[in-house]
Formats: sequence, structure tokens, C-alpha cells
Amino acid sequence: MAGIEITGVSTVYPNGVRAVDDLDLTIADGELFALLGPSGCGKTTLLRTIAGLEPAAAGSVAIDARDVTRLEPGARGVAMVFQDYALFPHMTVAENIAYPLRVRHVAKSRQREVAAQTAGSLSLGELLDRRPGQLSGGQQQRAALARAIAAGAEVLLLDEPLSNLDARLRLEARTFLKRLQHELALTTVFVTHDQAEALALADRIAVMDSGRIRQLGTPREVFQRPADTFVANFIGSTPMNLLPGKASDGAVSVAGARLPVEVDLVDGTPLVVGVRPEYLKVSGAGLSGRVSIVENLGVTSLVTIECADGTLVGLTVPEQEEPAVGEALSVSAAPGRLLLYGEDGRLLGSR
Amino acid sequence: MRAADSDVAGLGATRAIAFVAPALLLIGVFLVFPALWTLYIGITNYQLTGPAAAQPRVVGLDNFVSALNDALFLNSVGLTALFVFGSAVIGQNVLGFVLAWLLRRVRPSLRRTVEAFVLLAWILPGPVVAYLWFAVLSRDGGTFGLLLNDPATAWLVEYPMVSLIVFNIWRGTAFSMLLYTSALAAVPPTQLETARLVGASGWQTVRDVVFPHIRGHVLTNTLLISLWTANDFTPFLLTAGGPNHRSEVLPVLIYRQALESGQLGYASAMSLLLLVGNLVIALVYLRLLRRRA
Repeated sequence: MAGIEITGVSTVYPNGVRAVDDLDLTIADGELFALLGPSGCGKTTLLRTIAGLEPAAAGSVAIDARDVTRLEPGARGVAMVFQDYALFPHMTVAENIAYPLRVRHVAKSRQREVAAQTAGSLSLGELLDRRPGQLSGGQQQRAALARAIAAGAEVLLLDEPLSNLDARLRLEARTFLKRLQHELALTTVFVTHDQAEALALADRIAVMDSGRIRQLGTPREVFQRPADTFVANFIGSTPMNLLPGKASDGAVSVAGARLPVEVDLVDGTPLVVGVRPEYLKVSGAGLSGRVSIVENLGVTSLVTIECADGTLVGLTVPEQEEPAVGEALSVSAAPGRLLLYGEDGRLLGSR
Repeated sequence: MRAADSDVAGLGATRAIAFVAPALLLIGVFLVFPALWTLYIGITNYQLTGPAAAQPRVVGLDNFVSALNDALFLNSVGLTALFVFGSAVIGQNVLGFVLAWLLRRVRPSLRRTVEAFVLLAWILPGPVVAYLWFAVLSRDGGTFGLLLNDPATAWLVEYPMVSLIVFNIWRGTAFSMLLYTSALAAVPPTQLETARLVGASGWQTVRDVVFPHIRGHVLTNTLLISLWTANDFTPFLLTAGGPNHRSEVLPVLIYRQALESGQLGYASAMSLLLLVGNLVIALVYLRLLRRRA
């Protein structure tokens, strides 16, 4: 039972930057948890604070209900895989994997046994006598994972685990990582700036910005109901439409059209209407305009239509229904997929 | 086409030679000629005064044979080895590394202050620091004696080699510290952090993570400081080789043989032997470096 409990943690760098700012977070035992955000949002600092590599200026970190805030990294029962893998170039794969045991003066025979066993389960069995320099990127990553697992820690921390792999390998590694984590049931926290990676891998995601958590939830919640326009903008491989509009007569007017959705707001209240391109459909009524750009995404196409007032709206259509540029189209949202944000960017509700 | 390729500056051979000629001339006059001259007078009975000064005679390898049978020379070889090993290979090397390692994580202001003091010891002229150390170690009023409440001990007389070794460590550690500081910056931080995360002790981290990365630097540093120390003449300013040859390292012996005893030919032969010793040391280090690559 190794959950992580972060209470009121701030991490301040010597130059005064508050990389993590009064943050609370509970990560359950066995969870695969993603810290997601743009670069500079504090996600890596938070991970390093959990590891003990950065001291927390305030607050406390508890692992397995044990306060580790003042403990050295080596005494926290955490293992970490760095973005560059940090394999020791002068040691073989076997020596790298067994290094955590060597530090603890475990018998040589036992070290070999653990190295062979761990390497086997990560399909590195043939490579035990190679040096890291002789491994491919994917093999290096698995070797680094094997070393972290061999450490016998209760918590596994991964810093941008897939970012050094090429695109194709990344998908394979993603599936592999998810299965491995499932088998080991090890509490795992990983940092990523790639929203698709976070959505695909994680049980839960914390979307971070400026040292704080903007939204915490399952991939489904974060994707379908972004808590504010920042998250809405950040999540999704095609950018969400965020259209400025306002309340009028209990409905919403946006881009010259009146959307038949009920709002309980004073007339003229500014709003932002958010809707994902995937949830817009060509229909008889709704937002209308002319097709200005068509981008082929493979199975679907991203169509951008320009409304009469110049607002651009994107929607995805199946490849066989791709419209011609210049064609007039009306689009409307699937029920429940229209998100209304207030002027401050907070989610008001969905319609 | 080939000629044009190798002549990037478009000077032509004649003008190119004219440009490097002054430098070659200076190197020839001040480095090559004295070296060859030493070689030559090493096989003569050239002396500072007397008939052999006017008309030196070639004596072949006699000087070398007598040097190798000379108890004073063998004594100097031993003292030089002790001096190099104690003050450079162990002293400056270890202290320089320890300083670089410890200063890595302290406040920048403290680090700069310590570095400035260490550097000061290195850049001050030899006669100045020799005089300072003479004042520290001398009998009756030496700072060290007063500190220990033992003013009667003449440290340079009673413990000449220990004094020289301590002095040379103090004097030369800056180079090793600077070299190791930059070498340590080349160790990937994530590898050090990985060691921290698995709970490696300081010594384990140095042995398993840091040292393999800086092996080349260690060898280069040891080579340079060994050669510098073997050829260092500053000990003469502190003890002049005494008392009774107990601190007479090779450069001091050579100087005394040449200018106090006037045996220029004999001293040149010993210089050549010192040069051969240096070459042997350099070759050993180069072999070690190559084996690593």
C-alpha cells in the first residue's frame, strides 16, 4: 500500500521561482498517474520533489503514510527513470540493472540472479553483457526501467519516459509500459507534455500550469469536460473550438448564430463556447459558414469553416464525406458536448 | 588543385615560411639549441673554471656511468620520487579532487572565495611564497612553531622532505582543483541523481559513477603535475637541498653540481637522465590512457 500524499507543497528555486506552488495531491496505491502540462509548468519539479531531489520549501510529502519530506532520496523507497535514462556507460546492462543491489552489498550471485530475472521480463535477456552504447533507444529505456524495478522501490517515477523515442517506437513503448505497470501494480507517476500520451496511459491525470493543478481527473473527464479554457486548449490532438459569444434571451449567440441551448444568465453576459471538432456534425441548422481549409488526418479530415463574421470553426468529418473548399456548411454539436465557459475561463456547464 | 587545397590562406610557400620564421627562430634559439647543447656538454668534461672550461674534452658516457654510481645522485632520485609521489600524485591530486567535489554544492560566493585563495597560492611567484613559507616554518619566531607553542623546532631542518611535500601540495593544488572542477561538470547530473536515488554513499558515487567518467582527466592531470613537480626548482629556495643532502631533489642537485661545484658536463648528463625519467613517466601514462580508449 504505497500511495503518495502531497500536502501544501511548494518548491522554490534559488532564483526565487516558485516552480510548485502550494500543491495538494493524493495518488492512490497502484495507480498510473500522469503529470501533464506545457514546459515550465512545474510538473518535473513536482516529480523531483516527490523523489527528494528538490527540497520542498513548504508542505509535506508522504509515501505509504510515512512522512518522507526530510528524507534523502535513497531512503524514500522511490525509483526513478530519467528522460535520458542515465544508464552508466561503463557498466554492462546486467551491472546497470543490479547496481541498486550492489550499493546495498547484496551477494554477487543474488545480483546476477535479479538482473537476469528482471531483464528477462523486459525482453533484455539476450543483451545482459552489452554496454548501453550498444543498445537501441527502446532497449536503453527498458534497461533503465529494469534498473528502477530491480531497486525494489514501492513508487516508480518516470520523467518524460517516451520523449526520447521515435514516433513509431513510442506507441509500442506506451503499450508495453501500460502492461508492465499493470502486471507490477507499482504506484507509478510519470511526467509528460504530450496530452495524447497522458490520455492513453494514465489512470488519472493532473493538468498543471504555473506550479498548480488546473484539473485532476480520469482521461475521460479531462478530455470531455475540461475544467477551464486552458485545459480545453491543451488537451486534444485537434484543438478545441473556443468561440466567443454571449447570453441572449436565455440562449447563446455565437458567430452570428443562435444556439438553441438554455442558459440561466443575464442577457449580454460574455461566454466562451467550447466544442471539440470531433463532436461537431454537419446538419441543417447551427453555425453556418463556408469551408476554407481541409486537412487530411487519415481516417478523418479536419475541416475549417469560416462563419459570416470571420470566426473559424473546426470539425472532423469521415474521409469519404470530405466537402469541397468554398462549400457552404451548417454544423451543430452532439447533445451534451457543448461546453460553456465564463469570461474568467471557468467551466459553467455543458449542454 | 591539391596545392590550392592545402594553401587555404593563399600565401604561397615562401611567404608562409616568412611568417613562421620568427617563431621558429625563437623556439630554435631558446628551446632546441639549449637542449642540443645540454646533450653535447653531457658527454664532455666541461667545467665552469679551469683548463676544462677553455678546452672541454669529449669523455663519452663517463659522466652517465659515474652519475649512476654516485650515491648523491641515487639519493636525489629517491628523494625526487618521494617528492613527486607524496606531493603531486597523492597530495595535489587527492586534495584537488576533494576540493572540487566539495565545492560543487556550496553557495557560489563561498566557492568563489575558496577558489580565489587556492588560486592565489598558485599564481604568486615562487620566491615570494618560498619566503612566506620560510617565515612560517623557521626556528625562533616561525608562525607554525608559535602556533604549536614549540618555537625551538626548525621544521625545514628537522623534517625537510615533509616540509617540502606540504609546501608543494599547498602551492600546486589549484591546478588539480580547476581541472577536476571542469571534469566534474562533464558528469551527467542524472547519473549522479540515479546514484542518490538508489542510496549510494559519497564514496560509492565517486567510485562507480564519477571516476569512470573522469579517468582520462585523472591520468592527464597526474601526468602534468608529476612532470612539473619532478622538475620543480622551488625546493632550493626553501632548503637548498640541505641539511646534508636530505632534501636534495634532482633539479637542486643538478644546479649545485653545475654552479656550486662547476661540473657543467656532469650536471648536463644528470639533466639528460632526468629528462629520460620524465619521458618514461609520460610513456607510462600515455599507455594507460590508450588502454582506456
